[in-house]
Amino acid sequence: MSEVAVKEKEPLFSKKNKKIITDPLNDTNPVTIQVLGICSALAVTVKMDAALVMSMAVLAVLIVGNVIVSLMRNMIPGKIRIIVQLVVVAALVIIVDQVLKAFVYDVSKQLSVFVGLIITNCIIMGRLEAFALANKPWASALDGLGNGIGYGIILVVVAFFKELFGSGTLLGFEIFGSQGKTLADSTGLYSMGYENNGMMLLPPSSLVLVAIYIWIQKSRNPSLQEGH
Amino acid sequence: MAINKESNVYTVIFATLMVVVVGGLLAFISTSLKPIQEDNVRNEKKQLILKAIGADETKSITREDAGAEFKKYVVKRLILDYEGNIIEGTRLTNETAVDIKNAKDAFAVDLKKEYKKFVQPLTNKFEGDALKLELAKEKNIHYPLFICEVNKKRHYVIPVMGKGLWAGVWGYIGLEADGRTISGAAFDHKSETPGLGAEISKDFFSVQFVGKTIVDEIGNYTPVKVVKPGTGVTQPYVDGISGGTFTSVGVDEMMKRTLVVYHKFFQNEDGKELLTKI
Repeated sequence: MSEVAVKEKEPLFSKKNKKIITDPLNDTNPVTIQVLGICSALAVTVKMDAALVMSMAVLAVLIVGNVIVSLMRNMIPGKIRIIVQLVVVAALVIIVDQVLKAFVYDVSKQLSVFVGLIITNCIIMGRLEAFALANKPWASALDGLGNGIGYGIILVVVAFFKELFGSGTLLGFEIFGSQGKTLADSTGLYSMGYENNGMMLLPPSSLVLVAIYIWIQKSRNPSLQEGH
Repeated sequence: MAINKESNVYTVIFATLMVVVVGGLLAFISTSLKPIQEDNVRNEKKQLILKAIGADETKSITREDAGAEFKKYVVKRLILDYEGNIIEGTRLTNETAVDIKNAKDAFAVDLKKEYKKFVQPLTNKFEGDALKLELAKEKNIHYPLFICEVNKKRHYVIPVMGKGLWAGVWGYIGLEADGRTISGAAFDHKSETPGLGAEISKDFFSVQFVGKTIVDEIGNYTPVKVVKPGTGVTQPYVDGISGGTFTSVGVDEMMKRTLVVYHKFFQNEDGKELLTKI
């Protein structure tokens, strides 16, 4: 027995674990680099507050889902592992939806169908399959945290520009002044003839914004560029 | 003894157990949270009705308080048929508590369900006068009316339900004691586009209706139109939402189709009696 080397306990935030959290924020960002979860990045980014709540919901489901699947990783039969992951995610999302409806009714109304769509968010299934099935619970939790935040950053950045230029507000506060029916009624920028850009409220503008984000990100970090 | 995780028996047992456990858990959570969720929905409806009265006292009642305050302001409730006659046995006062299982309770009328089942098939097929005829034939559509009293002044609150761009839009229209001047309005929607159609639930849209009348000088029914900003029309109108045309059209349609029933009611004996007896 004595020859069995006592495995050194890994510190909770070892270098490796820190990397698990920080990588998805930038170099392996689920949205801009892996191009997962684009669907909700297009749809739930018209207002900052909805984007924030959506990010929190995905973050919660991602962490808990990762931990549960990681705990079960040695029991799950390989043949039906995707179905098992799906059931875990679906159950979590239904619970989140029910809890939101009961205790934060306004938020649940605002997100409406998007909560249900968390189930189909590719990031969640992607992380369960790629990470949680092969790693310990703590590392999986960190991976969920990192990817959740990485997803949230994109959502919030996109929502920031869409709400600012689409509605002239941020989190509901008027930034550019208020728009009246005529120039004389308006204040701030609107009195000089500024108009909100209706295109920014529609999903296609998110594609453009995400693309610009990817462009900036890749030009700052050439290692991300696909080599030719 | 190692279990063979790849055997079919293990897979089936695992799947069965998982389904039973997850199913049981979800059923438990759903049933235990249901009363709170239903309360939320009911209180939201009460809040919208109180908001639609348009009086300062009721405008900013929160959803949490609406449950208790509702009884104070909504003194009577009843249900009309398409001809504007009161349906037998539906006159209730605030002494009867709101009961969503009671089909004779105006508060329990599920406009969304009725709209989907009876109204929408008709509005898809017919227009104008033909639509009116078909609506009159449909005896199962209920038109609830809430009679409210704020500061000794009577108000009438009328629920409306229609179709937006993506799904349902609905609202409550408050009338003054004269039964023709709008005193307030509150709209809501299921899933209109945020920033566009969804703006109908904002105050800037609903306050436009205040002071508009649904009857012209000679007593004819003139629905308040929802038009593109800048369009001139002769009858009373409010500005629609730019970029939310379909939603605005839906609001216009549901008000036009529904308010006519209440106009008829105020021409009937029962309605006239209500108007004169303040």
